[in-house]
Amino acid sequence: MDTKSIVYIALFAALTAALALFPPLALPGGVPITAQSLGVMLAGSLAGARRGSLAMVLFLALVAAGLPLLAGGRGGIGVLFGPSGGFLLAWPISAFFIGWALAKFGTNNLLTTALWIAVGGIVIMYAIGIPWLAVAAKMPLSKAVYVMLAYIPGDAIKVVLAAVISIGVRRAYPQV
Amino acid sequence: MLDLYSPGSSILHRLAPGIKVSALMLCGSLLFLVDGLLIPSIALGFVVGLYRVAGLTMAQLWAQLRPAALLLVILFLVQGLITGWGVAVFIVLRFGVLLLLAGLVTLTTRSSDMIEAITRGLGWLRWIGVNPSKVGLAFSLALRFIPVLATLTKEVREAQKARGLERSIIAVAIPVTVRMLKMADDISDAIDARGYTP
Repeated sequence: MDTKSIVYIALFAALTAALALFPPLALPGGVPITAQSLGVMLAGSLAGARRGSLAMVLFLALVAAGLPLLAGGRGGIGVLFGPSGGFLLAWPISAFFIGWALAKFGTNNLLTTALWIAVGGIVIMYAIGIPWLAVAAKMPLSKAVYVMLAYIPGDAIKVVLAAVISIGVRRAYPQV
Repeated sequence: MLDLYSPGSSILHRLAPGIKVSALMLCGSLLFLVDGLLIPSIALGFVVGLYRVAGLTMAQLWAQLRPAALLLVILFLVQGLITGWGVAVFIVLRFGVLLLLAGLVTLTTRSSDMIEAITRGLGWLRWIGVNPSKVGLAFSLALRFIPVLATLTKEVREAQKARGLERSIIAVAIPVTVRMLKMADDISDAIDARGYTP
């Protein structure tokens, strides 16, 4: 792997960590609303599938190493196995999908960019996170789905932000 | 997270970095498994004791918490209002102990030693075709980038303030991201220019 890829991987892992500085909103059920999934979407859309997903793996490794890098100062291996663990473990897959889809289907149009980011950042993330939440928090799947409805508006805002930012950045810095 | 190494010769300084990081991981995970205020309080006393053992001053201890102080206050208020004050005290206490523990490892370990320990600990990755030194480089760069990104955001917000745009997320996020990508390109050029071959 070339040096540039290593630096980009480190950069997007750090970006996701820095987004934890926005205070999280705790909701019942144990999965907080945070700005950090924006980091996942940006890693996928700006760094690409491979670098983006590896950046998320690096970030999760730093969290597992005990650094309090998750919003609200959470960290340690324990969090990865907690109620929100499925969402965290879905991050590399989400970032990979977003990077892959945008590379394949183009990135100029705001609407299609937002759509692909939404599939990766909401559909895939929820598809992995919700069953995990249901098992970890010992609640029926239907209730877990119901609980997660509260997160859709916040995630939709993050999808739009990620799409606007990634298109704006590509326009200002095309060599990314 | 920066190189905050504080020279010394205490037992904590001499302990192998791998042991310190493993202990940090273990304590961090255990703290998330317990409920109630008793164990985090004991842990807090224990960590403060460890700072004494390492010959660190109370000013250095406070310096580990100060960057997160505002966040701790916000976290305390939000958790207190939403879930109750007992939980708020518990969460802030746990966060504080973790920050102090991570800080203790940073203060007593040279970052070069730390990266070397991580690289050595990841030696098994060679078997699946991953170069451990590259992983070590990514780790150290990521840790170095976190405070840099915070500084960068602050600079851009100040610049946008002159235009009355410091509250616009887009007007701050796009310049920050562009500058950060430029910085990443410059850094990778600089690393290559020095003939880095892991």
